[in-house]
Amino acid sequence: MAPPSRRHLLQIEGMDRPEIGALLDLAESYVLLNRTGKTPRDLLRGRTLINLFFEDSTRTRTSFELAGKRLGADVLNMSVSTSSVNKGETLLDTAATLNAMHCDLLVVRHDQSGAPHLLAQKVEASVVNAGDGTHEHPTQALLDALTIRRRRGRVEGLTVAICGDVMHSRVARSNIHLLLAMGAAVRVVGPPTLLPSAVERLGVEVFHDMATGLAGVDVVMMLRLQRERMAKGLVPSAREFFRFYGLDQAKLATAAPHALVMHPGPMNRGVEIASDVADDPLRSVIREQVEMGVAVRMAVLDRLTRAALANA
Amino acid sequence: MPESPAPDTLIERVRLLDPASGLDAQGSLLIRDGRIADHGTNLGRPDGATIVEGNGAILCPGLVDMRAQLGEPGYEYRETIASAAEAAAAGGITTLACLPDSRPALDDPALVRLLRARGEETGSLTILPYGALTRGCEGQDLAELGLLHEAGAVAFTDGGHAIGSARLMRRALAYAGGFGARIVQHPEEPSLAEGGTATEGELATRLGLPASPAAAEAILVARDIRLAELTGGAVHFAHVSTAEALALIRAAKDRGLAVTCDTAPPYFDLNETAIGEFRSFASLSPPLRSEADRMAVVAALADGTIDAIASDHQPRDADDKRLPFAQASAGGTGLVTLLAVTLAQVHGGTLPLIRALGLLTVEPARLLGADAGTLRKGAAADVCLFAPEHAWRVESGQLPGKAQNTPFDGRALEGRVLATWKSGRQVFAG
Repeated sequence: MAPPSRRHLLQIEGMDRPEIGALLDLAESYVLLNRTGKTPRDLLRGRTLINLFFEDSTRTRTSFELAGKRLGADVLNMSVSTSSVNKGETLLDTAATLNAMHCDLLVVRHDQSGAPHLLAQKVEASVVNAGDGTHEHPTQALLDALTIRRRRGRVEGLTVAICGDVMHSRVARSNIHLLLAMGAAVRVVGPPTLLPSAVERLGVEVFHDMATGLAGVDVVMMLRLQRERMAKGLVPSAREFFRFYGLDQAKLATAAPHALVMHPGPMNRGVEIASDVADDPLRSVIREQVEMGVAVRMAVLDRLTRAALANA
Repeated sequence: MPESPAPDTLIERVRLLDPASGLDAQGSLLIRDGRIADHGTNLGRPDGATIVEGNGAILCPGLVDMRAQLGEPGYEYRETIASAAEAAAAGGITTLACLPDSRPALDDPALVRLLRARGEETGSLTILPYGALTRGCEGQDLAELGLLHEAGAVAFTDGGHAIGSARLMRRALAYAGGFGARIVQHPEEPSLAEGGTATEGELATRLGLPASPAAAEAILVARDIRLAELTGGAVHFAHVSTAEALALIRAAKDRGLAVTCDTAPPYFDLNETAIGEFRSFASLSPPLRSEADRMAVVAALADGTIDAIASDHQPRDADDKRLPFAQASAGGTGLVTLLAVTLAQVHGGTLPLIRALGLLTVEPARLLGADAGTLRKGAAADVCLFAPEHAWRVESGQLPGKAQNTPFDGRALEGRVLATWKSGRQVFAG
């Protein structure tokens, strides 16, 4: 189903191991170029990248902005409030506007699953999904995999536990698809009310208890728990969640020695993760994830631009 | 209906199929003064009669669609009564029961009379309005069921809104029972179904769509069966879509309770995979189900658990649908495709032809208390001529009528309406 060169990056699901591996290799090379300051600034010269964010996200937006600028693109940020009168009109009107602007790369964040897919049908630009509703967040999964690969030398054969609010997490879905495609074993750990139905059908093992769920794992990925989950009665309180599902040193002790701790950010310290774990230099790779984010996004912009040129 | 002194019409060389009487024979049918004058093998050609050559196609009663939403009143941008009538005629439908959750809701006797009259004005479609069960279909206070009944409301429902309150449902069943009227329920337990745009399961999880459990249907069906038993009232479940709910209805019927149900073509022809990558035309209410549930609906059509097939027509315009999946308005058109999608079950060998046509004609007519859906001599000449094997493809944008939001877009079908007559007047020629 995957075309030889993709025009858009909408989801990880459906991508195979060689395709993902090639992207990670390319990202790896950008890590080095970034560190030496020798990025190919002419690659995206004359091209326009628009960050179209219907949801606030400082870190993802700035990461894409930096990636685009390091490759020489003209970068524009458009924030559109979803609380405006008619969301649908905004989305399609925006598509028409973007076509008129001759945008080449469109990075979209939206609170509705499938919104980037809809836009991709309407715009001439290559669309990068920067997170859609509770569906996917492909570049986050790629940067997580790159972080793991650089720390452990591989992804294949590792066991990764994804913990917390899996139901509402696009990060979890993209990571599940990517890690499984790359040959890792994936566990999800969380209260039954925060795990999506039939999640085991995605190929993961399901746990409701952190001690057993984390037993022997190589990587612990924590997810952000939004306050509104408490308001909707999915969990009774933040302190109860932290007691049973928050990552502290005691729970982490059941994981493999030197297990990595990851978090897509922004963190709720004291809700899903204890500060001493988040800041533990021996375990936490949370800051490194941010660095990998820029490299991965450069690789994605590079790949999509070349694909667009090849298809033109 | 303006009864013009039209010449006789003789439809020759057809296969006459009338599920009401079990008639299945080659022959001709004679229309005189808007009524079925005769049918059989040796009808002469009356002087001046219009002769229609049937070429062996099937002539059956005009279809009776017991559940459709019209754009009028209130949503004329989606569909007008005139455009719905055009689509209905192209689908072989001559009688249609319209839902009351319009704008305004059909909670006033005058509105019920108006809708009936608007049907007559089309000259091609009898409109039988449902009355609103509650004022404004808001689920709070009972509407004037007696007055609505007197004005011609065929049953009571809040349309696409489930009656969530058990107390209200109990009263409605008891009170409407006094007038011999049915309550039609949209069977999804509202607090469970709230916000759901797909059925919980692997697909919804992969797509990250807000989902509701299939059990939301069975839970409300179980409750309402019990309330029907408590009150002696008659409950009808609309667009039933799950194995579990059908099992409950089957058991209730076996116990002799006044429980009936219908389903709609999407629930026996499609499953949730029609959503694909966020296809909003496949956003329906109730949402499309698993393949196991679809197969249970197919089985329940054959074994008599399901009493009728309704189009569940829900017109939407482009702006209602060109949205991210969970924001798109749920509902699909169904008038033009009702017969052909049902015939797919016949071609597939799961449903005998005469039973399939019964589910589209005499059975819904019975449930609505309508004198329709039959080829009986003397009945209004509402008839449909169709070629059961004529192949065609459903194409959104090319269908008769205004609304084009068909969940069957791209579906290849066999069985096409060739002509439709309403009270003896030809209202569609394909």
